[in-house]
Order: sequence, then C-alpha cells, then structure tokens
Amino acid sequence: MNGRTLILNAYVYAVLVFILVPILIILPMAFSETEYLVFPPKGFTFDWFGRFFSDRLWMQALQFSFQIAVATAIASTVIGTMASYALVRGAGALGSLFQALLIGPIVVPHVALAVALYLFFERVGLSGTLAGYIIAHTVLALPFVVFTVSAALLSVDPALEDAAMSCGATRFQAFRLVTLPLILPNVVSAALFGFIISFDEPVVTFFLAGIRDKTLPRMMFDDIEQNLTPIIPAIAVLLTGISVLILIGAAALRKAAENRTMPRFDEMK
Amino acid sequence: MQKISASSAPDLAVHPQPVRFFEASGRKLSQAAIVFLMLPFFALIFVAFLYPLLSLLLISVQEPEPGITNYVRIFENPIYATVLLRTLRLALLVSILSLMLALPVALLMARSRGPKLAFITACILLPFWSSVLVRTAAWSVLLQRNGLINQGLQAVGIIDAPVKLLYTQGAVIVAMSHVLMPFMVLPIYGALRNIPVELGRAAAICGAGPNRSFWEVTLPLAMPGIVAGFILVFLSSLGYFITPALLGSPQEMTISTLISQQLREFLDWPFAAALVGVLSLLVTAITLAFSRVFRFDRMMGAHE
Repeated sequence: MNGRTLILNAYVYAVLVFILVPILIILPMAFSETEYLVFPPKGFTFDWFGRFFSDRLWMQALQFSFQIAVATAIASTVIGTMASYALVRGAGALGSLFQALLIGPIVVPHVALAVALYLFFERVGLSGTLAGYIIAHTVLALPFVVFTVSAALLSVDPALEDAAMSCGATRFQAFRLVTLPLILPNVVSAALFGFIISFDEPVVTFFLAGIRDKTLPRMMFDDIEQNLTPIIPAIAVLLTGISVLILIGAAALRKAAENRTMPRFDEMK
Repeated sequence: MQKISASSAPDLAVHPQPVRFFEASGRKLSQAAIVFLMLPFFALIFVAFLYPLLSLLLISVQEPEPGITNYVRIFENPIYATVLLRTLRLALLVSILSLMLALPVALLMARSRGPKLAFITACILLPFWSSVLVRTAAWSVLLQRNGLINQGLQAVGIIDAPVKLLYTQGAVIVAMSHVLMPFMVLPIYGALRNIPVELGRAAAICGAGPNRSFWEVTLPLAMPGIVAGFILVFLSSLGYFITPALLGSPQEMTISTLISQQLREFLDWPFAAALVGVLSLLVTAITLAFSRVFRFDRMMGAHE
C-alpha cells in the first residue's frame, strides 16, 4: 500500500467514524439514570423503556403512527403496483406524464407540501385525522414504491405472461398467478419502504399535527426541543431493533427472490 | 507526449446507450386498462399534491390583496432577503462539505472489492435505517456545552473553556451534511464504477502519473455523478426543516423555519404561502435546469 492509498484509506475511515459515531453514541444513553441526555451515560437502568411504555401519550402516539404507517404501506403499494404495471406494459403518453409527476413528491421540499396540505386539510375537514395523514404519507411513499416494483416488473420475462394468456388466462389471472408471485419479494419490500417512510416522517406530520392527535415523530420532536430526555435513545434502541429484524427479513426475501426468478426465455437456450 | 483527456477516450465505452429506466415490455395493455390502472395514482397526485400546492400559490398572490405584495415584501425587507441568502449559503456549504466527505469515500468504494466494499457500503447506507430525529438528538448531545466535542477540543488544548456549538450555523451545517452526505456518495460511486479500468491503464502507459490520471481522466468522467449528487444535496438542503429547527439559532432562521414561524406563530398565511412559492420556484428551476443529470437510476448508483 503506497502513501497515496494509505492517506485515502485513513481519510475514508475517518469519514465513516463521523457517520457512525452519532448513530451509535445515542444507543447507550437509553440506559442512563439521569433526567437529561448525557454522554457517557451515568448508571444503568431500564427506567426509560418503562416510562415510554407506561406513558399514555407516548403509547397513543405509537399506536397512531403505527396505524398510519400500516395503512400507508398498503395504500401506496396497491396504487403504486397498479400504476407500475400499466407503465411497464406500455402506457405511452400517459406514462410520460406519470414519470414527470412521479418525482414531484421527491423534489418539492417537504415543508412546502406540508404547508399546502395543512391548508387543504383545514378546508376539507381532514386535518388531524387518520385519513389525512394516510393521504399525505401515501403521496410521499409512492415514488419509492413505483421504483421498487417497476424494477422488478422489468426483470420478469413478459413471455411468461404471454404464454399464460395464450393458454386462456385473462390478463388479471396472468398477472395474479404468474407475474405477481415473481415480483412478490419486491412488492413486499416496497410495502416496507412505505411503512418506514410514514413511520419516520417528521416534517409533514409536524405541520399537520394538532394538540391531541400527535404522531410518534411529533412527540419525539417536542421532547428533543423541550427536554431532551433519555426517552429518545430508548425509542432509538427499539427502532434499531425493529430495523435489524426488517433487514434480516429483507435479506431472506432477496434470497427467496433469487431462487424464484426464472431465467428469461432467451437465456435458456 | 499526447495530451490525455477524457474527450479522447472512446465515447462509446464511456457512455453506453442510455437505458431508460422505464421501458415498455410484454403485450401492451388496452388504453382503457391503462387509464383504469393509473387512475388512483393520478387522482391522488392531483388532489393531494398538485391542487394543494397550486391553491397555496394562488393565495400568495390573492391575499390580502391581489398582486405580488407578498413577494415584494420578501425581497424588499432586508430581514427576509437575509434569510433567503442565508438559506442559499447554508445549502451551498452543506453541499460542498458533503462533496468533500463523499468523493474520497466513493473513490475508495470504486477501488475496493469484497468484504471491504460491503463494509463501506453498509456504513454509508446505515443512516437510511436510523431516524433523522434520533440523529439530530445525538448531535445536540455531542455539541452540548459539556458534550464530547467540547471535552475533546479542551483535552487536546485547542480551546481553554467550552465554546458554544449548539444552536449555531456550524451545528446545522455539520448535522445536515451528516444526514445528506450518503445521497452524494451513491451517484458519484455509480459514475466511478462505470469508468472502464483500461482508461486508467492507458493514461499510465501514456505517461500520466496518478495525479494527472485522476484530474484528467477520473474526475471528468465522474462529473455527471458529482453534479447529480451535488444538486440532490443542494435541493434537499434548501427546504430542510428538522435540523435548522432543532439545532439552529432562532436569530439565524432559514426559509423553512421562517415559513414555520409565519404560519404557526403569526398565522400569516399569505406571506407563508409566498415563502413556499419562492422556495418551490427555486427548487423547480434548479431541477429543470439540471433535468439531464437528474435521473433516478443514477441517483441510486445503478449501472448504466
């Protein structure tokens, strides 16, 4: 390893430390006995987990966020998969409009969308309602669902569907019995995307939230702004645990996908 | 000696035919089926995205009186003009810092294989799995008066007494770069990975040292990825809300925290709407200007 490579390696590992330290440093603070966040943590206690699970407001927020995230995952996956299928099977001019609109929710700052939706929901009586949050989060999640699902659709040989239809299946049967099983791993990861985008979304919920119907990110925002107690790292520990489980699940799905994907017809020769 | 430059490289090898991300395949659907399948998407985007944004912009030019008074107020009042300039400066600094952090990481990733590549990639992707709020809380602990960074600086003797780090522009820049920097790594890595190894060897054969090879071969060819990453981070920074709201100084507002203040504290809807208008127009203009590099397969670091 020459000097140049050594310097590059050292620099990159320093950057990785910069990335990892704030993510890792927060976790042990969940067990601190102090009323405020401090590093290194003092003492060792599970109190903050107990406080989180016994506090009515935190539990309501957790339940509310969970409901929103599950509904968002379902809505964005169904709507996104329908549109992706139409797109991949030749949407023409409508497809161009679709692609132009698709990047909208990614490019437009969340603050702008949050303010616009707040005003709109106030007028139509959706502000602070479950439906309002689900609509807002589905808009945010849709681009990611479409990218995940359409990538999978493009990797499936269309000849399989054609064969099914030649054998008398309707278009819907061909999709449900041939294509959907093949893209299922990606559809499930798209749903996970939708869930996480909704569950972890701080900005739109910040503007939409009322006094009573707070989501988990909104409660966390208030705690960081006002108290900065070890309840935040306690939640981080719980979320990290869930993320690790999801990652393991996703890896298993990918493995299943590899075993399941059929070779394209032209590759079978 | 022949001048070595990217332009003398065989063009086909460097820019293979661009693959469109969405390509139609299979038996085409009927027009009616396409409309039916896309209807829920268009309905949602029109009702819950386009319509709310457009009606907000309409308010900004209709209330309190028809005209552009709200916009004039933004640009004429030095306080608001300062906020606008500060936001642009912040976004630029975050993009530059992110580039300085991301470029070497992408370079090493492109030169690595196996477990090392997997490890670096995992470190870069890890932030996507952790909540932005949690990371912001971590930064506010690190930057506290008696936090780790102040202690460290005192231990090595750079400062004698704790300095104020939290609730400053510096805190916002560092924490935002921490959040947005992975978005810079992926497109640059994608561009670097597509550079054929032969080009580096050819440069070496023609007598270019590692420096010259980097500046005249690698960097120009990685430029699309660098520009894409830079624009993506710049755009995200412009409207970023969480970090400036929690780590920034109340005296040094950005456009997003100003929008929040106008809306939540002063209930000045039309003015907040005009600020959203300025932000949206800025973002749209930049997106359209760079629409060629703004491609999502590239953003995600995909092969071309």
